Amino acid sequence: MTAITLAPPQGGFGGAIARNFRDGGVVTWRNLMNVRRNPELLLGATIQPIMFVLLFAYVFGGSFGGAPYREFLMGGIFAQTVAFNSAFTTIGMANDLQKGVIDRFRSLPMSRMAVLLGRTTADMAVNALGLVVMSLCGLIVGWRIRGSFGDAVLGFAVLLLFGFVMSWIGALVGMLAGKVEVAQSAGFIWMFPVTFISSAFVVQTTLPGPLRTFAEWNPVTAVADSARSLFGNPPLPGFERPDGWPTDNATLYAILCCIAIFVIFAPLAVAKYRKVASK
Amino acid sequence: MGSGFNGVAVRAEGLVKSFGSTRALNGVDLEIPTGQVLGLLGPNGAGKTTTVRILTTLLKPDSGSAMVAGHDALADPEAVRRSIGLSGQYAAVDENLTGFENLYMVARLYGMSRSQSRARARDLLERFRLTEDGDRPSKEYSGGMRRRLDLAGALVARPIVVVLDEPTTGLDPRGRMDTWEIISELVDDGTTVLLTTQYLEEADQLADSIVVIDKGKVIARGSADELKNQVGGERLELIVADPTDLPATARVLAEVGSGHPSTDEHTRKADVFVDAGPKALIEALRRLDAESILVSDVALHRPTLDDVFLALTGHAAEEPVEQKGAA
Repeated sequence: MTAITLAPPQGGFGGAIARNFRDGGVVTWRNLMNVRRNPELLLGATIQPIMFVLLFAYVFGGSFGGAPYREFLMGGIFAQTVAFNSAFTTIGMANDLQKGVIDRFRSLPMSRMAVLLGRTTADMAVNALGLVVMSLCGLIVGWRIRGSFGDAVLGFAVLLLFGFVMSWIGALVGMLAGKVEVAQSAGFIWMFPVTFISSAFVVQTTLPGPLRTFAEWNPVTAVADSARSLFGNPPLPGFERPDGWPTDNATLYAILCCIAIFVIFAPLAVAKYRKVASK
Repeated sequence: MGSGFNGVAVRAEGLVKSFGSTRALNGVDLEIPTGQVLGLLGPNGAGKTTTVRILTTLLKPDSGSAMVAGHDALADPEAVRRSIGLSGQYAAVDENLTGFENLYMVARLYGMSRSQSRARARDLLERFRLTEDGDRPSKEYSGGMRRRLDLAGALVARPIVVVLDEPTTGLDPRGRMDTWEIISELVDDGTTVLLTTQYLEEADQLADSIVVIDKGKVIARGSADELKNQVGGERLELIVADPTDLPATARVLAEVGSGHPSTDEHTRKADVFVDAGPKALIEALRRLDAESILVSDVALHRPTLDDVFLALTGHAAEEPVEQKGAA
């Protein structure tokens, strides 16, 4: 019998962080292998945004001003798509839970954060691919990056960060749902008001009272406006210009929202993971 | 690791766990001496899985204590996780990963280095006769192969205690024999095993001692033979050609048997517990023949879990158990 030497558990805060990343990396690898073996999993992350771009650009676009609307639209669709990514996280978590994979992970002496970190990181990689596909699609419908290279990189970075933190909410929802069938609706339902009551597809000043306030402070608005400003896409002409601190500081506000979402939902998700039981 | 727990690898005392108003466990105690196999028996919903989940740190009990491999499952679950391997009720393998990748992943998550993990995964594939299929996605595996892979996953870190939750449920006879063989080998290596099952036969084959639970409570403990003796030998089962002969058949069975015979008109079946099986069988057939009752089938059964249950609790294992509500 060959002896097995298990790495001694590293103590302290640094050891715990290192283990989160090490174990998180293993789980990320596992999730990406899953995607590689099932490329159809990418359909939701690629075909769906293409459909949104084409439908909004050409079905709604005509009523909203044609080419300027298509240029305006892309920032919104980027924000909406990365937010919708959380629904895939929800389904993925529920699937692992239902199949007993989470039970196995929880019985291993691994970091309590790793399964969540691996899931959200792998979903961020899928999101990055979705952004590439959407950008190409955007270029075809007439969208252009008109700002500097640095701003464009920052624009995509904010989008990915937003998708990443939204995935932590999605992971929590997935564990609460427990079953794939429930997760499939629970993962998407809350996304519709969150993404539509924002500046993703319309100018927020056109919304009635309370919806307008909600839209102005909605992180999706901040992320969409941040993408538009960093990509150098002009506001939609002919509408009242939104104002207020979140609009004037869209990128800063978007990043603050990401931090807030992570700080609130990552601990909640980890706490839920510690107790979660397959149903 | 592995020493200093005084010959007892697993000790649970007074485990209580409620889900809402349902009391799943109502004071379960059990103890497994190091290197032995304990069979935890009970019908669905008896509390087997809840007990397993507590001992493997997946669930915290409302009260009670659990020591596994010398570590407190409540105070130091991490240490328990390093000492145990769990194989679940259904094979918790990632079906999109190959057999090799599944084991490699588990080894990495136990903290082994990349090269150690690769070597360990190959060892286990070999041992579980999966080497040839090691590079195929496990979704292409048969049920038995998947179960073997799951079992291999539980053994990656050579755990001191292995917990197998219904390892043969849903397997065909061949798969069941395979699994039994593997578990026997584990015991030869000195591993302590907690095995839950619905089959007395399985516990009979593998377990040094058996704990029977029902409705969250231990209702019997002992060796398989001791439990069977409590049931009373064997069950003699007859099928008569003519259902109108059933009352006369029951009378004969009452005379040769040790319990109260039961009959079923629809299946033309009559059965009774008997102490000395073969002798009672011959005697019953002789008397039935004397009364010109035509017997179309006859069988002598070793007690099953159902019989143990019937004897211990007065209800069958698969009979829906009424919810007692908050006890």
